[in-house]
This record gives sequence, structure tokens and C-alpha cells, in this order.
Amino acid sequence: MDLVTRRVRGAEGIAGPLLFLEGVPRARLGEIVRIRAGGEERRGQIIELAGARVAIQVLEETRGLAPARAEVTLTGEVAALGVSRGMLGRVLDGLGRPVDGLPPPIAEARLPIHGAALNVTRREKPADFIETGISAIDGMNTLVRGQKLPVFSCAGLPAGRLAAQLVCQARVRGGERFAVVFAAMGAPFREYDAYLEAFRRAGVLDRTVVFLNRAEDPPIERLMTPRCALTCAEHLAFGHGLHVLVVLTDMTSYCEALREVALAREEVPGRRGYPGYMYTDLATLYERAGRIAGRPGSITQVPVLTMPDDDLTHPIPDLSGYITEGQIVLSRDLDRRGVYPPIDVLPSLSRLMGLGVGPGRTRADHRPVADQLYALYARGRDVRRMAAIVGAANLGEEERRLLEVADRFERELVGQGDAFRSIEDTLELGWKLLAPFPAEALARIPAAVLEARRKEAR
Amino acid sequence: MTGRLVRIAGPTVVADGLAGAGLNEIVWVGEERLLGEVIRLERDLATIQVYEETAGLALGEPAEPTGEPLAVELGPGLLGSVFDGVQRPLDALAARQGDFLGRGARLPALDRTRRWELEASVRAGDDILPGAALGIARSGASAHPVLAPPGLGGRVAEVRAGAVTVDEPVVRLVGGAEIALAHRWPVRRPRPIRRRLAPDVPFLTGQRVLDCFFPVSSGGTAMVPGGFGTGKTVLEQSLAKHAAADVVVYVGCGERGNEMAEVLDELPKLDDPRTGGPLLGRTVLVVNTSNMPVAAREASIYTGCTIAEYFRDMGRSVALMIDSTSRWAEALREISARLEEMPGEEGYPTYLASRLARFYERAGRVETLACGEGSVTVVGAVSPPGGDLSEPVTQCSLRATGVLWALSADLAHRRHYPALDWSVSFSLEAERLRGWFEREAGEGFGALREEAMQLLQRERELVEVAELVGTESLQDAERLVLESARLLREGFLRQSAYDPVDASCPPRKALEMLRLHLELHGRAANAVAAGVPLRSILEAGLGTRLLRLGSVPAEAIAGGAEALRAEIGQAIARLEAE
Repeated sequence: MDLVTRRVRGAEGIAGPLLFLEGVPRARLGEIVRIRAGGEERRGQIIELAGARVAIQVLEETRGLAPARAEVTLTGEVAALGVSRGMLGRVLDGLGRPVDGLPPPIAEARLPIHGAALNVTRREKPADFIETGISAIDGMNTLVRGQKLPVFSCAGLPAGRLAAQLVCQARVRGGERFAVVFAAMGAPFREYDAYLEAFRRAGVLDRTVVFLNRAEDPPIERLMTPRCALTCAEHLAFGHGLHVLVVLTDMTSYCEALREVALAREEVPGRRGYPGYMYTDLATLYERAGRIAGRPGSITQVPVLTMPDDDLTHPIPDLSGYITEGQIVLSRDLDRRGVYPPIDVLPSLSRLMGLGVGPGRTRADHRPVADQLYALYARGRDVRRMAAIVGAANLGEEERRLLEVADRFERELVGQGDAFRSIEDTLELGWKLLAPFPAEALARIPAAVLEARRKEAR
Repeated sequence: MTGRLVRIAGPTVVADGLAGAGLNEIVWVGEERLLGEVIRLERDLATIQVYEETAGLALGEPAEPTGEPLAVELGPGLLGSVFDGVQRPLDALAARQGDFLGRGARLPALDRTRRWELEASVRAGDDILPGAALGIARSGASAHPVLAPPGLGGRVAEVRAGAVTVDEPVVRLVGGAEIALAHRWPVRRPRPIRRRLAPDVPFLTGQRVLDCFFPVSSGGTAMVPGGFGTGKTVLEQSLAKHAAADVVVYVGCGERGNEMAEVLDELPKLDDPRTGGPLLGRTVLVVNTSNMPVAAREASIYTGCTIAEYFRDMGRSVALMIDSTSRWAEALREISARLEEMPGEEGYPTYLASRLARFYERAGRVETLACGEGSVTVVGAVSPPGGDLSEPVTQCSLRATGVLWALSADLAHRRHYPALDWSVSFSLEAERLRGWFEREAGEGFGALREEAMQLLQRERELVEVAELVGTESLQDAERLVLESARLLREGFLRQSAYDPVDASCPPRKALEMLRLHLELHGRAANAVAAGVPLRSILEAGLGTRLLRLGSVPAEAIAGGAEALRAEIGQAIARLEAE
């Protein structure tokens, strides 16, 4: 820290969220500055140094900011967040300041929010599962500790309700300590009010840290919010040994803020105007999920994003899908038919499912039952399409059975509503759906598993 | 000569006072001495791409050129190591910095504390060629050939005995030049060779659909485009495990950390079926995950390629796997945008095509300077945005590579792996490799391959018809085509990576399987023509027998095939008699 405070009076200019200064002594890239103007204080970050000229990204609303009267103080610090276990139970803004009327939590450490890359040789591969209580996830696309598994939603689908349900219901088996870090980006009042209400009602606030960047907050704050949330999560996971589930919603707001800021900086736009480094930028968030060899905790991420125009190939879901380990896809069709949660399991995929299921983790019959349900449901959907053309009356016996299993699968297994369903109950329900089929039709289930099941039934 | 930073923006910085620096010269940037490379010079202004995180740098900090280009260290101890994109050893970094990567750490790529004993194959008085093998360095269970650097040859004056570290000289030449166990080589300069050899020997991957239908030559280049979730990484990894290569260099370029953690967890546990030792012992990993500095990602493929060429120069066959070249191209684009260069298609710089082509040209089967024949085969994954193959990286790669292994989302959704789309994939090298397969795998290989491709093509046409009129209205002969093609797809093209036997399939076994498939089809087609109803042929259950051939060991396949052939003959003859 410098002994002499470095301060500059009067900025050269302002353009949207960017403030330009000249003659700043020893400015550092990424350094945080305080901007005082007209009795108000704002925070900013140095994003470019060129000759005598310094570009500062202002982290708050710049409306009314008069550059000539601004007084800029350099803090000598890169963007950092004071973190502590005491953040559990608190509601903070997008930069980590309390908004619940309580004093700031006492920091155990101050950590740079950009976080360093984990050395891959120190990474432990993900293992064991997080029970979300949602059959379409636990049973069919299991969430594994250390994984990043996004939810791809469309405008108008109940992604918020699903996110809240995850925060309220998720747990780890075996008595290990568990916490949730929830970050909302660009959330309108209607949404964040519903989140907080849901957390309060479920009584889960004291195991949860909430970071809230509201729709009216400046977009640049949105770029810091997930980084603050992940810094807090890293402290809880690797400092305190907790298994931490991080829910980030809505990543689409984040990416739009990224585009807004990039274009304000007059950067060359990439696909659909998003900056060319969006992949790298998203990776620096998503890659902060994981486990570390020799440390007890883990960070699991569920980023929620809205696909603009329901388009899976839009840069936001596309780049996310290339970084994350699978995806949970919500379907408008299921939603229309009143199925909640409207998870379409066919395009959904948990790439790491194999590391989280099976004996000692969930159950030995988990994988085969899931595979078999998957196969029958896929064929049932084909039959449904065909039935729409040739008419249900012209279906054969097997086809009718497939059609029925597809309907029941959606209604009973996927469409469970807001209830928590344990993995055992999910698998039992799975077996119930398989019951009408003869053993020959269940080729994905090894004979030994079928046999064991039959013995148990007797 | 030391410059001063005058501009800092993201991963690139500009320093003044560097009029004497050269393009691609390495520069130490800032007080923390971050690694950087000069990528543009204008008068005394040098633009430098920095291979480490630049946050915290201030204007006026020093920039000190080294006079050397970005180079890698080549010598004993490479095998089994894990490096980042500029060859910093990640294991040693973790020991020094902890779980997260810090900055400014200068560690040599090869362990300086490890001592090697040289078992020399040259003596004082011998004349050696540049690039000649000088003997074997041994340390514990590891053995590693030692090469003279290209460009350094002559009469040996002295061979030193005793245990030495990699940087200590072991051979002195007349005239005073000294050769250590390891030498350095600039990554952007291809290592010299004597001449290139014709691409008429296949690079066997152990994957039936690749080896039989879309083979790549040893020293050839293949590209693997596929949207997310189509199994690119799984395919690259199963090639890294099963391909017939002496050395595998795997470059994880801008991909997931957890995936690399899985590779690092698995490789030491897997045995190399050829040597019996752990697979890690033939592997070098270069890892620059997506959240590591973007400039180092750009360098990572050259680092990997130079290491691959070094092993080639020992006379080895080397497989260079890159996952993924799209991430490399994106790094190039990001840096180009920072330089405010005029963007080409989709924002990629206009030199994307030439850089990519030049890179793929470093593959090849060659006569090395002094160690006989060696090869580098390159398999580059491509991650097209939105699965759209018309995007620039895919299109540039299509022109630069000889083999296209296209992966299909549809097959992957149906859990058909490897999800190789046979209707789109191609091999420009298949014709030149035909002779080898006829000689080594068995006669008739080419004809069978064509027959199988025609069967699949016929299926495609029939499916289109069936979608209009329904399967029921097809003739028995046509439905037999559908059934045979299904068997071929499920029993031959599909291969289980989890079945220990089926995971890798030698060409002889593949040929035997293919022959049986087509024989059954031929016999059944004759029977159908003779009036046997298709239903009774299907009910004989011969098809399901074919589906299990994959898990029959290669040694047993000839016997198994003979028995099955006899069974097929009897069953069909019986049906015909009825």
C-alpha cells in the first residue's frame, strides 16, 4: 500500500460506463478506484492503460457524474471481497455489501474476486452426487459434486421456480456440511422477492449466501456479481470444507452486460455482437467449479440461462455448453402441458453422471434403470409422433405400451411438482414405470439386476 | 536494452525503447518478470503478448528482451510430464505455488534435480551426424534416447561418464562444442528432416469405423468436428489410449479442467497394451484449460508439436492430439482483436487459414536426420459454434487436413459411439492406404469396404422412402437391406469404449467381422430371392450373434468366425429347404 494517497482531480471525459483520466501516477491494470463527485462516492476499476490515459470502468450508475468535478482516488488494491463463514444467512448486493439491514459480516480474509486458475494437477475428479430432490435430475441426469451443469431455459418458462427449488431442497448425503451460494444477476423485483420469500419459507436462509444484483443496478456490477459469489464459495468450500452449490441466474443478463461494456469500450464485436473473448470470460467463471486433491469441500455450479428466441445455437447457450459438463434443458412443450419441472430429458445430459451414481453413491440399479427409461421414453416419443399421423387406433400393442410409458414418465416421474423426492423414491417409481414390460424388452438392464429385483419383490 | 510499458490492455502490452528486439523474441514483462513474446514492432514500440495474467501491471514497469524466441526444452523426463502451454511443469508449479496457479514462477521444464546415467552408443573418435542418437539415458526405471541437436555434428572428442542432470554436457565434439542430455528448440520453427515419405502406411486407431472406412496415414492429418456433447473428447482420449503410436502428445487446448483431471487420474492406471507399462509412460500432456491465460493457449499447440517432432526425430511414431483447434483459433482472434487488426470472417484474423495450414504441414512421415523413419500424425478436434460446419475454423481445417471424421449429434443422442457420421466423413488417403490393408489385413479389404459403404448408402435411400410410405410397404429384399445395415451399424460401426476387448480392434479382426456381416447379408439376400420369407430369416436370430463379435478377442476371431459361418450356412440352407 502506498503511503501517499494517489488522487486525481477532474477527469477528461466520460462515455457510458467508462471514465477517462490523464496523469494518474503508477496506475495498475485491474486496480480499484473511488470516484467522488457531488457528494456521492462510486467505485470503478482500471481496465486499460495507454500512455498518460487511463480508462476506468465505473461500477455504479454514471448518470449525473460530471467528469470535471470528479475526484478519483486509487486504492492500490485489485477488486477483492472480504469473505467469512458469517456470510451464510446474509443477503448482499452484487458487490457483496449487505442489503438486509445488518452490519457487514466480519471478514476472515480478503480475496481477489478474479480468482486464480486451479492447477489441473491439483484437481480431484468430481465424485459423489448432490441430491436435488428432482427426479429428472437425480435419476436421469445426476448432478455430481465438482460439476458445472447449467439449466437452459426459454423466456416464460419457470426457470426461477426451479432455481429456488434447487436452493431450498438440495442436500448431500452422509452428514457432510453443505451450503448454497445464490447469485441473481439483473433480477427484477418480482423475481428476487419471490426467491427471498421462498428461501425464508423453506427455512434455508442460514445455510445460504444470497448475492443480489437487481435489474436496476448498473450492468457492470453484474460482471462482478458471479465473481463475488464464487470467491465466497471458494472460501466456504476450500477454507471451511463445505460442499457448496452455486446457483447463478440469469447468465443471459450477465452476457448482455458483458456485451454492453465491451461495445462501450469500442471493442471489435464477435458473433451477435458479443465480444470475441466471451468463451474465455465464461470459462473463468465456470471453471471455478471443482474439487481439490486433499481438501474436503467442493464447488458445484448450476448456472441458469435463458436461450434468446429458444435458440440452442445462440452464442450464450452454445459457448456455455462447450465449457460446462452437460446441460438440463427445459421444454416449452412440457410446460404447456402443465408438467413441472418441464425438464426434457432427451437433450439433457450430465456428462459426469457416471462419477456420481452406482453402489456406494446412489444405488447399483441406478444406471441401468436410467438407461432403460431413457431408451423407452425416446422410443415412446417417436411413437407419439407417429400416432399423430396414423392415429392411435392403428398402433400395435407394443407401440401403445411405449406411448403409455412416455406419458406416465412425463406425468409422474418428471412432473413431480414442488415436492422433494429422494433418489430411492425416484428409482422405485422408475421400476414401476418399467413393470408393464417383459424382461426381453428391458435389454439395457443386466439379467443379474433384473433377477435381484424379482427376488426382492417376492 | 530494457523497455518500459506504455500501454496495458488485457493479455497484450506495449513497451517502448525496444528498437533492437526481434519478432517472436521472448521478453520478461514487469517487475514480476512475466513471460511475454513480441508479436509486433513499430519503430521502438513492441507489442507483447503476455503468457500470464496481466492484472496488477503498471505503466513504466520494465520489459526486458532475452534475445531468444519462445523455445521448449527437449530431453529425458518429458514422458509422463504435464506442462502448461509454454512448457512450465504443472506438477512442480503445484509443489511451489500450491493449488492455484500464481505468476512469475520460473521453473525449468525438465527436473534439474534428477540425475541420469548415459549409456553411450558413441565413442571418442566417432563421427556423428546432426540429430544422431548418442545413447540411452537411464534414471531408475526410465530410459530415454539422447539426441544430438539438429545442426550439431562432427567428430566426438570425449564422452563423459557418470550420473548427470539434463543440462550437463555429456559429449564434447572436436572444436569444443558440447552436447547435453537436453537441448532447446524454438516452438514456431519446424525441426529439420531429411525428406518426407509417401503416406502409404496407416496410423491404426483401433476404432473399426476409422481404420476400415476413413483411415488416416501415419504422418497424416485428421480433423474431428462436432458440436458439444458429440463425443469429441471421448474419441480423442480413446485414440490417446488405443492408437498404435510409440508416443502420444495430448494438447488440452482451452478445454475443461475436470476432463484433464480425469485423464490424469486414468492414464497412470491404464496399461499400454504394447509395452505393458503404464500408458502415462508414453504420453506427454500439454494442458492450457479454458481459464488459463489466452496467449499461452495460442502457444500450446506449437509447444505440443515441437515435443512431438522431437520424438519423431528419434525414429518414433508419434500421435499429436489437439483438443481443440477452435479454442486455439479463438485465442488467435482474441489477440488479433487486441491488436486492432482488420478482422476477416466472423472476426477471425485473415491469416487464420495460412497459420492452420502451416501448422498441419508439420505432420508427416519422414526420414529423420539420423535415426531412420519417424512420424507425427495430427488429430485436431474442432468445436464449431452451434454445430455449424460452415464456420471458418472448420472450413480452413477442411482444406488443410486429409481426413474428416465428422461427429453427429443425432448419433450421440442415440448413444451410438463413436458418433461418426459415415455419410459426411471422408478420407483422401484411403486410396493410397488400400495396398497396405490388402497386404496386412487380408485380401479383399477394399472390395468389402466398398460393399459395406454401398449397403449403408442404400439404407439411407430406403429410409427416405420408408418415411414416406412406411416400412410395411417395402419389399422383403429392401427390408433385408435395412436389417443388414442396422446390424452393420450396431455390430461393426459402433464400438464400446467400456468393453476391455472391444475398446480396440486390430484390422484383421475388423476385416473378419466385416466379411461375416456381408456374407450373412449375401446369403440372406439369395434366400429372400429364392422365396424364403424375411421373417423366418430374422427369427433364426443370426443377427444377434453378429452383434457380439466385438467382444471376441482378436486371437479367437478366426475360429469364432468359422463356426458362425458354418451356422449361418446351415440355418439358411434349412430355411431354403423348407
